[in-house]
Amino acid sequence: MGALSIRNVRKSYHGNEILKGIDLEIDKGEFLILVGPSGCGKSTLLSMIAGLDSVTSGEIRIGDRVVNDLSPKDRDIAMVFQSYALYPNMTVRENISFGLQIRKVPAAEQARIVERVANTLQIGHLLDRKPSQLSGGQRQRVAMGRAISREPSLFLFDEPLSNLDAKLRVEMRTEIKLLHQRMGTSIVYVTHDQIEAMTLGDKIAVMKAGEVQQFGTPQEIYDNPANLFVAGFMGSPSMNFIPAKVEAVGSGYGVKLESGQRTHVFPVPGGDGKLKAWEGREVLFGIRPEQITHKSESRLGLPQFQTAEMPIRLTEPTGPDTMVLVPINGKDVVCRVHPAHAGQPGESMELMFDLSKSVFFDPASEQRIA
Amino acid sequence: MADMSVAHTAGASKLGRFIIYGLLALVCLYYLMPLFVMLSTSLKSLDEIRAGNLLSLPGEFRTDAWVKAWDSACTGVQCEGLKGFFWNSVSFVVPAVVISTMIGAFNGYALTMYRFRGSDLVFGMLMIGCFIPFQVVLLPMAQTLGALGIANSTLGLVFVHVVYGAAFTTLFFRNYYVTIPDELVKAAKIDGAGFLRIFFSIILPLSVPIIVVSVIWQFTQVWNDFLFGVVFSSGDRQPITVALNNLVNTSTGVKEYNVDMAAAIIAALPTLLVYIVAGKYFVRGLTAGAVKG
Ligand SMILES: Nc1ncnc2c1ncn2[C@@H]1O[C@H](COP(=O)(O)OP(=O)(O)OP(=O)(O)O)[C@@H](O)[C@H]1O
Ligand SMILES: [Mg+2]
Repeated sequence: MGALSIRNVRKSYHGNEILKGIDLEIDKGEFLILVGPSGCGKSTLLSMIAGLDSVTSGEIRIGDRVVNDLSPKDRDIAMVFQSYALYPNMTVRENISFGLQIRKVPAAEQARIVERVANTLQIGHLLDRKPSQLSGGQRQRVAMGRAISREPSLFLFDEPLSNLDAKLRVEMRTEIKLLHQRMGTSIVYVTHDQIEAMTLGDKIAVMKAGEVQQFGTPQEIYDNPANLFVAGFMGSPSMNFIPAKVEAVGSGYGVKLESGQRTHVFPVPGGDGKLKAWEGREVLFGIRPEQITHKSESRLGLPQFQTAEMPIRLTEPTGPDTMVLVPINGKDVVCRVHPAHAGQPGESMELMFDLSKSVFFDPASEQRIA
Repeated sequence: MADMSVAHTAGASKLGRFIIYGLLALVCLYYLMPLFVMLSTSLKSLDEIRAGNLLSLPGEFRTDAWVKAWDSACTGVQCEGLKGFFWNSVSFVVPAVVISTMIGAFNGYALTMYRFRGSDLVFGMLMIGCFIPFQVVLLPMAQTLGALGIANSTLGLVFVHVVYGAAFTTLFFRNYYVTIPDELVKAAKIDGAGFLRIFFSIILPLSVPIIVVSVIWQFTQVWNDFLFGVVFSSGDRQPITVALNNLVNTSTGVKEYNVDMAAAIIAALPTLLVYIVAGKYFVRGLTAGAVKG
């Protein structure tokens, strides 16, 4: 049985269609990420699920109930907001127990729950403080505490970490993941941070302009992006898109790359079927930085690996890797190289391309070709 | 070079300060002078008033003008001072202030946190209510009070002031509530709180600064009102402002300036008191939206 199912949900404000037919489905205990650029409708979709706003058409089910016409309090959900939305006039304890109080949970039970939540989130020493006396990270914990106090069947998180500094964000990310593992409750989590999306999600829905561009597991979305938008959005540094001509090589097809004074034609493994139609035309050849590395002897000779010598324009050391920029077909292409093997700007170096995961897009429609 | 410029700016700012404080002192004097004249006149004997200088201090402090103004001065035919009228005013000002503030808070909450179809229009119409002069509503209001059967009663006066004040109080509360984040209300809805519960448990406790603003404003308006008081009440039900007018205009022989002054101060005292007690919250509440946190 699905924990949440969203069927053809649309939402218009004053004739502007903000959500254009969303279909999503998750199982019990799954962690769903809604990711996409600002203004794409993530928060709107979340408030439809929460019942803070009504859908224009379509159906939302939580568990086995259609909740379209239920008010938020009857949907068996809890939500954490970007601003945390702690009640400023109440102490942490009162913030956590407010919902319980309204649901007429007996006082002794309330105290027990507050204690359990405080232990889980290590906020026991903060219970008698007001929100204004807490740090950002502590407020975030309290907001989570308020949500988990009720043991709902679905959690909704709207960018809960975006107000924290980088270090705390990473810490809390881990904690949320641990919390999810421990409780096993389904979560819908909005973010526009693609790293958060990759690390936390069981399923990711990549959204753009009110439409789901792709819905799948993080690995599927990373390895097999449905279109140029998804490919460019997920991954950091993002995928290289190189305009390249398709040419016949041997029995298959390949892409023609020019760098420095040299021209290379790289055969694409398994690309014969779909690339055939594009022979002689230009496609966008997509390859991730980590698929272009220094030359490794052990892999030489494998069909999906190709090597080429290219001039270095710039290097950007990040510590574990060094990003090397080389020009290919007039574009700067980022390659992820082991620091010990990286050359210097002005020199040239031998790079090894792993074409097994390369992808190809139609430059006009931006849809995936192969 | 650097030293010189520092010295120079320090000198300039000292001069600037001197000018600012000088000006402030002057303005202060200008506003306090009438109060001083009233107070000192109210403590003088009639003989001293006639003989002496307007600005001189009383030679001997006498409180009999105050006693008379409170207890036995004539306000028309009867001569029982202001005391009865003072309590008249209290009896309708307090409920009028409390009720109009409550209505304002409630309206403001509904207009900002529960936007309904046409809520902006409703707010716009309420805004217009702030610009309608008293005189315009006198006649229709008299008819309404008559129809409701509460003409010439304390209740009627409360009603008039509540209706007239609601536009202002709604404006105050609405402008304050737009600065409260929506997410607070959303969170409470998800916690299961309803319209009233959210208002009383979350919004109202956050409203103290604007409640103070509303109370001061309404108290001043309603207490100092003369026109509604003179039109919609009569006889011994009249408010203190009307009684003061009658007291000053009742001429039985000599004009008792000291009694007039004492009476005027008595009539102004409650508003003065409210400002002194709550004034700092007033300023804070008015600027609460502008300076967050
Ligand atoms: N109540 C509303 N009335 C009119 N338009 C709205 C309303 N709420 C949202 N919108 C519009 O819907 C679009 C999507 O908004 P939404 O808040 O869902 O974006 P988002 O994906 O959450 O963006 P962000 O990452 O910036 O939070 C925006 O263009 C916004 O202007
Ligand atoms: Mg949002």
